[in-house]
Amino acid sequence: MEDLLLEYLPIIIFMGISGIIGLVLLVIPYFAAPSKPDAAKLSAYECGFNAFDDARMKFDVRFYLVAILFIIFDLEVAFLFPWAVSLGDVGMLGFWSMMVFLGVLTIGFTYEWKKGALEWE
Amino acid sequence: MVDILVTYGIPAAIIAAQSVFLLVCLLVFVAFILYADRKVWAAVGYRKGPNVVGPFGLLQSFADLAKFMFKELIIPAGANKGVFLIAPLLSTTLALSAWAVIPMADGVVISNVNVGILFIFAISSLEVYGIIMAGWASNSKYPFLGALRSAAQMVSYEVSMGFVIVCVLMTVGSLNLSDIVNSQAGGFWNWYFLPHFPMFVIFFISTLAESNRPPFDLPEAEAELVAGYAVEYSSSPYMMMFMAEYVAILSLCALTTILFLGGWHAPIDIAPLTWVPPFVWFWAKVIFLFFIFAVIKAIVPRYRYDQLMRLGWKVFLPISLFWVVATASFLVFTGTVPQ
Repeated sequence: MEDLLLEYLPIIIFMGISGIIGLVLLVIPYFAAPSKPDAAKLSAYECGFNAFDDARMKFDVRFYLVAILFIIFDLEVAFLFPWAVSLGDVGMLGFWSMMVFLGVLTIGFTYEWKKGALEWE
Repeated sequence: MVDILVTYGIPAAIIAAQSVFLLVCLLVFVAFILYADRKVWAAVGYRKGPNVVGPFGLLQSFADLAKFMFKELIIPAGANKGVFLIAPLLSTTLALSAWAVIPMADGVVISNVNVGILFIFAISSLEVYGIIMAGWASNSKYPFLGALRSAAQMVSYEVSMGFVIVCVLMTVGSLNLSDIVNSQAGGFWNWYFLPHFPMFVIFFISTLAESNRPPFDLPEAEAELVAGYAVEYSSSPYMMMFMAEYVAILSLCALTTILFLGGWHAPIDIAPLTWVPPFVWFWAKVIFLFFIFAVIKAIVPRYRYDQLMRLGWKVFLPISLFWVVATASFLVFTGTVPQ
Protein backbone atom coordinates (compact mmCIF):
# COMPACT_ATOMS: atom_id res chain seq x y z
CA MET A 1 0.00 0.00 0.00
CA GLU A 2 2.72 2.45 0.97
CA ASP A 3 4.68 1.73 -2.22
CA LEU A 4 1.61 2.55 -4.24
CA LEU A 5 1.23 5.88 -2.45
CA LEU A 6 4.93 6.65 -2.81
CA GLU A 7 4.56 6.38 -6.59
CA TYR A 8 2.22 9.35 -6.44
CA LEU A 9 4.48 11.52 -4.27
CA PRO A 10 6.58 12.67 -7.28
CA ILE A 11 3.36 13.69 -9.04
CA ILE A 12 2.32 15.82 -6.06
CA ILE A 13 5.76 17.43 -5.95
CA PHE A 14 5.68 18.02 -9.70
CA MET A 15 2.21 19.59 -9.51
CA GLY A 16 3.32 21.73 -6.59
CA ILE A 17 6.33 23.04 -8.48
CA SER A 18 4.30 23.77 -11.60
CA GLY A 19 1.80 25.59 -9.39
CA ILE A 20 4.63 27.67 -7.92
CA ILE A 21 5.92 28.53 -11.42
CA GLY A 22 2.42 29.63 -12.38
CA LEU A 23 2.07 31.68 -9.22
CA VAL A 24 5.39 33.45 -9.81
CA LEU A 25 4.36 34.34 -13.37
CA LEU A 26 1.02 35.62 -12.06
CA VAL A 27 2.58 37.80 -9.36
CA ILE A 28 5.38 39.43 -11.41
CA PRO A 29 3.21 42.11 -13.12
CA TYR A 30 2.02 43.30 -9.70
CA PHE A 31 5.57 44.48 -9.06
CA ALA A 32 7.00 45.02 -12.52
CA ALA A 33 4.12 46.58 -14.43
CA PRO A 34 2.53 50.01 -14.13
CA SER A 35 -1.04 50.24 -12.86
CA LYS A 36 -3.21 53.22 -13.81
CA PRO A 37 -6.79 51.98 -13.84
CA ASP A 38 -9.69 54.18 -14.96
CA ALA A 39 -13.39 53.50 -15.49
CA ALA A 40 -13.19 53.03 -19.26
CA LYS A 41 -10.22 50.71 -19.00
CA LEU A 42 -11.93 48.52 -16.44
CA SER A 43 -15.26 48.20 -18.24
CA ALA A 44 -16.14 44.96 -20.02
CA TYR A 45 -15.14 44.85 -23.68
CA GLU A 46 -18.10 45.21 -26.02
CA CYS A 47 -16.74 46.71 -29.26
CA GLY A 48 -16.38 50.16 -27.73
CA PHE A 49 -19.98 50.47 -26.54
CA ASN A 50 -21.08 50.47 -22.93
CA ALA A 51 -22.22 46.99 -21.94
CA PHE A 52 -25.98 46.52 -22.54
CA ASP A 53 -26.81 44.27 -19.62
CA ASP A 54 -25.28 41.63 -17.40
CA ALA A 55 -23.12 39.12 -19.23
CA ARG A 56 -24.47 36.22 -17.16
CA MET A 57 -27.36 35.89 -19.51
CA LYS A 58 -29.60 33.14 -20.85
CA PHE A 59 -27.84 30.72 -23.15
CA ASP A 60 -28.87 27.92 -25.48
CA VAL A 61 -30.19 24.86 -23.65
CA ARG A 62 -28.32 22.62 -26.09
CA PHE A 63 -25.07 23.30 -24.24
CA TYR A 64 -26.75 21.78 -21.21
CA LEU A 65 -27.87 18.81 -23.30
CA VAL A 66 -24.32 18.25 -24.53
CA ALA A 67 -23.13 18.23 -20.92
CA ILE A 68 -25.69 15.56 -20.00
CA LEU A 69 -24.80 13.39 -23.00
CA PHE A 70 -21.14 13.80 -22.13
CA ILE A 71 -21.72 12.53 -18.60
CA ILE A 72 -23.44 9.39 -19.91
CA PHE A 73 -20.72 8.56 -22.42
CA ASP A 74 -17.81 9.53 -20.22
CA LEU A 75 -19.07 7.31 -17.40
CA GLU A 76 -19.33 4.53 -19.91
CA VAL A 77 -15.74 5.08 -21.04
CA ALA A 78 -14.65 5.03 -17.40
CA PHE A 79 -16.52 1.72 -17.10
CA LEU A 80 -14.68 0.36 -20.17
CA PHE A 81 -11.16 1.08 -18.91
CA PRO A 82 -10.91 -1.72 -16.29
CA TRP A 83 -12.72 -4.12 -18.62
CA ALA A 84 -10.28 -3.35 -21.46
CA VAL A 85 -7.16 -4.16 -19.46
CA SER A 86 -8.62 -7.34 -17.93
CA LEU A 87 -10.16 -8.70 -21.13
CA GLY A 88 -7.91 -11.78 -20.89
CA ASP A 89 -9.10 -12.59 -17.34
CA VAL A 90 -12.85 -11.96 -17.53
CA GLY A 91 -13.38 -14.63 -20.21
CA MET A 92 -16.39 -15.06 -22.47
CA LEU A 93 -18.89 -14.07 -19.77
CA GLY A 94 -17.15 -10.73 -19.25
CA PHE A 95 -16.89 -10.17 -22.98
CA TRP A 96 -20.60 -10.85 -23.66
CA SER A 97 -21.80 -8.81 -20.66
CA MET A 98 -19.96 -5.81 -22.02
CA MET A 99 -21.34 -6.42 -25.51
CA VAL A 100 -24.88 -6.42 -24.07
CA PHE A 101 -24.09 -3.21 -22.18
CA LEU A 102 -22.73 -1.57 -25.33
CA GLY A 103 -25.80 -2.79 -27.23
CA VAL A 104 -28.14 -1.14 -24.72
CA LEU A 105 -26.07 2.01 -24.97
CA THR A 106 -26.23 1.98 -28.76
CA ILE A 107 -30.05 1.76 -28.55
CA GLY A 108 -30.02 4.83 -26.30
CA PHE A 109 -27.67 6.61 -28.66
CA THR A 110 -29.90 5.84 -31.67
CA TYR A 111 -32.90 7.11 -29.71
CA GLU A 112 -31.29 10.45 -28.89
CA TRP A 113 -30.08 10.78 -32.48
CA LYS A 114 -33.64 10.17 -33.82
CA LYS A 115 -35.07 12.58 -31.23
CA GLY A 116 -32.81 15.27 -32.62
CA ALA A 117 -30.72 15.80 -29.50
CA LEU A 118 -27.58 15.99 -31.63
CA GLU A 119 -28.90 18.61 -34.07
CA TRP A 120 -27.36 22.10 -34.24
CA GLU A 121 -28.85 24.01 -37.13
CA MET B 1 14.27 12.92 13.06
CA VAL B 2 17.53 12.65 11.12
CA ASP B 3 16.42 9.22 9.84
CA ILE B 4 13.19 10.62 8.48
CA LEU B 5 15.09 13.40 6.72
CA VAL B 6 17.50 10.93 5.14
CA THR B 7 14.85 8.41 4.07
CA TYR B 8 12.31 10.90 2.75
CA GLY B 9 14.02 14.28 2.47
CA ILE B 10 16.78 13.29 0.08
CA PRO B 11 14.59 11.39 -2.42
CA ALA B 12 12.06 14.22 -2.29
CA ALA B 13 14.81 16.76 -3.00
CA ILE B 14 16.03 14.68 -5.94
CA ILE B 15 12.49 14.45 -7.33
CA ALA B 16 12.03 18.20 -6.85
CA ALA B 17 15.29 18.89 -8.70
CA GLN B 18 14.23 16.59 -11.55
CA SER B 19 10.82 18.26 -11.70
CA VAL B 20 12.33 21.74 -11.87
CA PHE B 21 14.73 20.60 -14.59
CA LEU B 22 11.94 19.02 -16.66
CA LEU B 23 9.63 22.03 -16.22
CA VAL B 24 12.32 24.53 -17.22
CA CYS B 25 13.24 22.46 -20.29
CA LEU B 26 9.57 22.15 -21.16
CA LEU B 27 8.90 25.89 -20.90
CA VAL B 28 11.97 26.76 -22.98
CA PHE B 29 10.83 24.17 -25.50
CA VAL B 30 7.35 25.74 -25.57
CA ALA B 31 8.98 29.10 -26.35
CA PHE B 32 10.64 27.62 -29.43
CA ILE B 33 7.51 25.69 -30.40
CA LEU B 34 5.58 28.98 -30.40
CA TYR B 35 8.25 30.47 -32.64
CA ALA B 36 8.11 27.41 -34.92
CA ASP B 37 4.33 27.67 -35.12
CA ARG B 38 4.55 31.28 -36.28
CA LYS B 39 7.36 30.52 -38.72
CA VAL B 40 5.42 27.65 -40.34
CA TRP B 41 2.30 29.77 -40.54
CA ALA B 42 4.31 32.57 -42.15
CA ALA B 43 6.10 30.27 -44.59
CA VAL B 44 2.79 28.85 -45.88
CA GLY B 45 1.69 32.41 -46.67
CA TYR B 46 5.06 33.38 -48.25
CA ARG B 47 5.81 35.70 -45.35
CA LYS B 48 8.94 35.89 -43.24
CA GLY B 49 7.43 35.57 -39.76
CA PRO B 50 9.36 36.74 -36.69
CA ASN B 51 12.93 37.58 -37.83
CA VAL B 52 14.14 40.54 -35.79
CA VAL B 53 14.90 39.37 -32.23
CA GLY B 54 18.07 37.27 -32.22
CA PRO B 55 19.39 35.20 -35.16
CA PHE B 56 16.44 34.35 -37.48
CA GLY B 57 14.13 35.74 -34.80
CA LEU B 58 14.82 32.71 -32.59
CA LEU B 59 14.48 34.73 -29.39
CA GLN B 60 11.11 36.20 -30.32
CA SER B 61 9.19 34.24 -27.67
CA PHE B 62 11.55 35.42 -24.92
CA ALA B 63 11.02 39.02 -26.00
CA ASP B 64 7.27 38.39 -25.87
CA LEU B 65 7.64 36.91 -22.38
CA ALA B 66 9.46 40.03 -21.17
CA LYS B 67 6.83 42.23 -22.82
CA PHE B 68 3.95 40.43 -21.10
CA MET B 69 5.64 40.76 -17.72
CA PHE B 70 5.81 44.56 -18.00
CA LYS B 71 2.28 45.06 -19.31
CA GLU B 72 -0.39 46.52 -17.08
CA LEU B 73 -2.55 43.89 -15.41
CA ILE B 74 -6.17 44.89 -16.03
CA ILE B 75 -8.93 43.18 -14.08
CA PRO B 76 -12.36 44.33 -15.31
CA ALA B 77 -14.46 46.06 -12.66
CA GLY B 78 -17.34 43.58 -13.04
CA ALA B 79 -15.13 40.49 -12.87
CA ASN B 80 -14.87 38.05 -9.98
CA LYS B 81 -11.28 38.86 -9.11
CA GLY B 82 -10.41 35.61 -7.38
CA VAL B 83 -11.78 33.25 -10.03
CA PHE B 84 -10.46 35.55 -12.75
CA LEU B 85 -6.89 35.09 -11.49
CA ILE B 86 -7.21 31.45 -10.47
CA ALA B 87 -8.32 30.42 -13.99
CA PRO B 88 -4.94 30.99 -15.73
CA LEU B 89 -3.12 29.53 -12.73
CA LEU B 90 -5.28 26.40 -12.87
CA SER B 91 -4.83 26.05 -16.64
CA THR B 92 -1.07 26.34 -16.41
CA THR B 93 -0.70 23.99 -13.44
CA LEU B 94 -2.90 21.31 -14.98
CA ALA B 95 -1.31 21.54 -18.41
CA LEU B 96 2.15 21.14 -16.90
CA SER B 97 1.12 18.35 -14.49
CA ALA B 98 0.39 15.95 -17.34
CA TRP B 99 4.14 15.79 -17.99
CA ALA B 100 4.75 14.09 -14.63
CA VAL B 101 3.77 10.72 -16.11
CA ILE B 102 4.86 11.00 -19.75
CA PRO B 103 7.83 8.68 -20.36
CA MET B 104 10.40 10.06 -22.80
CA ALA B 105 12.61 6.95 -22.80
CA ASP B 106 12.76 3.72 -20.83
CA GLY B 107 12.57 4.89 -17.21
CA VAL B 108 12.98 8.59 -18.06
CA VAL B 109 9.83 9.80 -16.32
CA ILE B 110 9.06 11.61 -13.07
CA SER B 111 6.69 8.88 -11.88
CA ASN B 112 5.98 5.67 -13.76
CA VAL B 113 2.51 5.09 -12.23
CA ASN B 114 0.61 2.02 -13.38
CA VAL B 115 -2.48 4.05 -14.36
CA GLY B 116 -0.58 6.73 -16.31
CA ILE B 117 -3.10 6.94 -19.14
CA LEU B 118 -5.97 7.49 -16.69
CA PHE B 119 -4.00 10.29 -15.04
CA ILE B 120 -3.47 12.07 -18.37
CA PHE B 121 -7.11 11.53 -19.33
CA ALA B 122 -8.24 13.00 -16.00
CA ILE B 123 -5.91 16.00 -16.31
CA SER B 124 -7.04 16.76 -19.84
CA SER B 125 -10.68 16.57 -18.68
CA LEU B 126 -9.96 19.03 -15.89
CA GLU B 127 -8.51 21.54 -18.33
CA VAL B 128 -12.09 22.51 -19.27
CA TYR B 129 -12.41 24.15 -15.85
CA GLY B 130 -9.69 26.71 -16.54
CA ILE B 131 -11.58 27.88 -19.63
CA ILE B 132 -15.04 27.83 -18.04
CA MET B 133 -13.75 29.78 -15.03
CA ALA B 134 -12.01 32.33 -17.26
CA GLY B 135 -15.14 32.84 -19.34
CA TRP B 136 -17.52 33.10 -16.41
CA ALA B 137 -15.35 35.26 -14.14
CA SER B 138 -14.71 37.85 -16.87
CA ASN B 139 -18.39 38.89 -16.71
CA SER B 140 -18.37 39.93 -20.34
CA LYS B 141 -20.31 38.50 -23.27
CA TYR B 142 -17.57 37.38 -25.63
CA PRO B 143 -15.61 35.41 -23.03
CA PHE B 144 -18.84 33.86 -21.76
CA LEU B 145 -19.92 32.61 -25.20
CA GLY B 146 -16.37 31.53 -26.03
CA ALA B 147 -16.13 29.52 -22.83
CA LEU B 148 -19.49 27.80 -23.44
CA ARG B 149 -18.48 26.82 -26.94
CA SER B 150 -15.08 25.69 -25.85
CA ALA B 151 -16.41 23.53 -23.01
CA ALA B 152 -19.04 21.87 -25.22
CA GLN B 153 -16.45 21.22 -27.90
CA MET B 154 -13.87 19.77 -25.52
CA VAL B 155 -16.28 17.41 -23.79
CA SER B 156 -17.73 16.25 -27.13
CA TYR B 157 -14.38 15.18 -28.49
CA GLU B 158 -13.22 13.73 -25.20
CA VAL B 159 -15.82 10.99 -25.52
CA SER B 160 -14.40 9.65 -28.78
CA MET B 161 -10.85 10.11 -27.46
CA GLY B 162 -11.82 7.87 -24.55
CA PHE B 163 -13.08 5.13 -26.88
CA VAL B 164 -9.92 5.36 -28.98
CA ILE B 165 -7.76 4.97 -25.87
CA VAL B 166 -9.82 1.94 -24.84
CA CYS B 167 -9.10 0.30 -28.23
CA VAL B 168 -5.35 0.68 -27.70
CA LEU B 169 -5.58 -0.48 -24.08
CA MET B 170 -7.29 -3.71 -25.14
CA THR B 171 -4.42 -4.54 -27.50
CA VAL B 172 -1.84 -3.74 -24.80
CA GLY B 173 -3.58 -5.05 -21.68
CA SER B 174 -2.09 -2.39 -19.42
CA LEU B 175 -2.73 1.20 -18.32
CA ASN B 176 0.97 1.96 -17.88
CA LEU B 177 2.37 4.32 -20.51
CA SER B 178 5.79 2.60 -20.60
CA ASP B 179 4.08 -0.78 -21.16
CA ILE B 180 2.09 0.72 -24.02
CA VAL B 181 5.30 1.94 -25.67
CA ASN B 182 7.22 -1.28 -25.04
CA SER B 183 4.49 -3.41 -26.60
CA GLN B 184 5.19 -1.53 -29.85
CA ALA B 185 8.92 -2.37 -29.92
CA GLY B 186 10.59 -3.94 -32.94
CA GLY B 187 9.84 -1.63 -35.85
CA PHE B 188 7.21 0.65 -37.30
CA TRP B 189 5.05 -2.31 -38.43
CA ASN B 190 4.38 -2.97 -34.73
CA TRP B 191 3.20 0.56 -34.03
CA TYR B 192 -0.51 0.81 -33.38
CA PHE B 193 -1.20 3.39 -36.06
CA LEU B 194 -1.27 0.52 -38.59
CA PRO B 195 -3.80 -1.90 -37.04
CA HIS B 196 -5.80 0.97 -35.54
CA PHE B 197 -5.44 3.32 -38.48
CA PRO B 198 -9.01 4.77 -38.39
CA MET B 199 -8.59 5.32 -34.65
CA PHE B 200 -5.28 7.08 -35.24
CA VAL B 201 -6.97 9.52 -37.61
CA ILE B 202 -9.89 10.09 -35.22
CA PHE B 203 -7.54 10.58 -32.29
CA PHE B 204 -5.40 13.06 -34.16
CA ILE B 205 -8.40 15.14 -35.27
CA SER B 206 -9.85 14.96 -31.75
CA THR B 207 -6.59 16.30 -30.31
CA LEU B 208 -6.95 19.26 -32.66
CA ALA B 209 -10.47 19.88 -31.32
CA GLU B 210 -9.47 19.19 -27.73
CA SER B 211 -6.72 21.81 -27.82
CA ASN B 212 -8.93 24.39 -29.63
CA ARG B 213 -6.59 24.46 -32.59
CA PRO B 214 -7.67 25.41 -36.11
CA PRO B 215 -9.79 24.21 -37.89
CA PHE B 216 -11.67 23.83 -34.59
CA ASP B 217 -10.67 27.16 -32.99
CA LEU B 218 -14.30 28.29 -32.63
CA PRO B 219 -13.87 29.50 -29.05
CA GLU B 220 -11.44 32.06 -30.44
CA ALA B 221 -13.15 32.64 -33.78
CA GLU B 222 -11.87 36.20 -34.02
CA ALA B 223 -14.45 37.28 -36.60
CA GLU B 224 -17.32 36.66 -34.17
CA LEU B 225 -15.94 36.35 -30.65
CA VAL B 226 -12.79 38.54 -30.81
CA ALA B 227 -10.53 36.28 -28.70
CA GLY B 228 -13.07 34.02 -26.99
CA TYR B 229 -12.54 33.30 -23.32
CA ALA B 230 -9.34 35.37 -23.23
CA VAL B 231 -10.88 38.73 -24.27
CA GLU B 232 -10.63 40.37 -20.85
CA TYR B 233 -7.17 39.03 -20.05
CA SER B 234 -3.99 41.04 -20.28
CA SER B 235 -0.41 40.86 -19.11
CA SER B 236 0.87 37.59 -17.65
CA PRO B 237 -2.52 35.89 -17.09
CA TYR B 238 -3.10 36.19 -20.85
CA MET B 239 0.30 34.70 -21.51
CA MET B 240 -0.41 31.87 -19.07
CA MET B 241 -3.67 30.96 -20.82
CA PHE B 242 -1.82 30.60 -24.11
CA MET B 243 1.21 28.94 -22.61
CA ALA B 244 -1.15 26.38 -21.07
CA GLU B 245 -2.70 25.82 -24.47
CA TYR B 246 0.65 25.13 -26.09
CA VAL B 247 1.79 22.87 -23.26
CA ALA B 248 -1.49 20.97 -23.62
CA ILE B 249 -0.91 20.65 -27.37
CA LEU B 250 2.54 19.24 -26.70
CA SER B 251 1.22 16.72 -24.19
CA LEU B 252 -1.47 15.61 -26.64
CA CYS B 253 1.22 15.19 -29.32
CA ALA B 254 3.23 13.17 -26.81
CA LEU B 255 0.17 11.04 -26.01
CA THR B 256 -0.41 10.38 -29.73
CA THR B 257 3.25 9.39 -30.03
CA ILE B 258 2.96 7.00 -27.10
CA LEU B 259 -0.32 5.41 -28.17
CA PHE B 260 0.22 5.12 -31.92
CA LEU B 261 3.75 5.99 -33.03
CA GLY B 262 5.83 3.70 -30.83
CA GLY B 263 7.02 6.30 -28.31
CA TRP B 264 10.81 6.27 -28.09
CA HIS B 265 11.38 3.28 -30.41
CA ALA B 266 13.23 3.71 -33.70
CA PRO B 267 11.16 3.03 -36.85
CA ILE B 268 13.42 0.15 -37.88
CA ASP B 269 15.70 -1.77 -35.50
CA ILE B 270 18.90 -1.60 -37.55
CA ALA B 271 22.31 -0.20 -36.71
CA PRO B 272 22.44 3.51 -37.60
CA LEU B 273 18.92 4.16 -36.37
CA THR B 274 19.40 2.43 -33.01
CA TRP B 275 22.45 4.61 -32.23
CA VAL B 276 20.17 7.61 -31.95
CA PRO B 277 19.15 7.92 -28.28
CA PRO B 278 15.49 6.89 -27.61
CA PHE B 279 14.86 10.30 -26.11
CA VAL B 280 15.63 11.91 -29.48
CA TRP B 281 13.20 9.61 -31.30
CA PHE B 282 10.45 10.54 -28.88
CA TRP B 283 10.93 14.26 -29.37
CA ALA B 284 11.38 13.89 -33.12
CA LYS B 285 7.93 12.27 -33.31
CA VAL B 286 6.37 14.91 -31.06
CA ILE B 287 7.88 17.69 -33.19
CA PHE B 288 6.69 15.97 -36.37
CA LEU B 289 3.12 15.87 -35.01
CA PHE B 290 3.36 19.49 -33.93
CA PHE B 291 4.57 20.42 -37.40
CA ILE B 292 1.40 18.86 -38.82
CA PHE B 293 -0.63 20.85 -36.26
CA ALA B 294 1.08 24.04 -37.46
CA VAL B 295 0.55 23.27 -41.15
CA ILE B 296 -3.12 22.46 -40.54
CA LYS B 297 -3.51 25.81 -38.82
CA ALA B 298 -2.17 27.53 -41.91
CA ILE B 299 -4.04 25.68 -44.67
CA VAL B 300 -7.44 24.56 -43.33
CA PRO B 301 -10.46 26.90 -43.11
CA ARG B 302 -12.43 27.05 -39.87
CA TYR B 303 -15.38 24.70 -39.21
CA ARG B 304 -18.88 25.95 -38.45
CA TYR B 305 -20.15 25.09 -34.97
CA ASP B 306 -22.91 22.71 -36.14
CA GLN B 307 -20.40 20.92 -38.41
CA LEU B 308 -18.06 20.56 -35.47
CA MET B 309 -20.72 18.99 -33.26
CA ARG B 310 -21.93 16.74 -36.08
CA LEU B 311 -18.40 15.48 -36.69
CA GLY B 312 -17.86 14.74 -33.01
CA TRP B 313 -21.18 13.11 -32.12
CA LYS B 314 -22.44 11.63 -35.39
CA VAL B 315 -19.22 10.53 -37.09
CA PHE B 316 -16.44 9.96 -34.57
CA LEU B 317 -18.55 8.56 -31.74
CA PRO B 318 -20.29 5.78 -33.76
CA ILE B 319 -17.07 4.82 -35.57
CA SER B 320 -15.01 4.61 -32.39
CA LEU B 321 -17.80 2.74 -30.58
CA PHE B 322 -17.90 0.24 -33.44
CA TRP B 323 -14.12 -0.08 -33.37
CA VAL B 324 -14.16 -0.92 -29.65
CA VAL B 325 -16.58 -3.80 -30.35
CA ALA B 326 -14.58 -4.89 -33.42
CA THR B 327 -11.24 -4.86 -31.57
CA ALA B 328 -12.65 -6.74 -28.57
CA SER B 329 -14.30 -9.37 -30.81
CA PHE B 330 -11.15 -9.80 -32.88
CA LEU B 331 -8.95 -10.25 -29.81
CA VAL B 332 -11.33 -12.65 -28.08
CA PHE B 333 -12.23 -14.82 -31.07
CA THR B 334 -8.69 -15.14 -32.40
CA GLY B 335 -7.43 -15.84 -28.88
CA THR B 336 -4.87 -13.03 -29.03
CA VAL B 337 -5.97 -11.20 -25.88
CA PRO B 338 -2.86 -10.05 -23.95
CA GLN B 339 -2.68 -11.73 -20.54
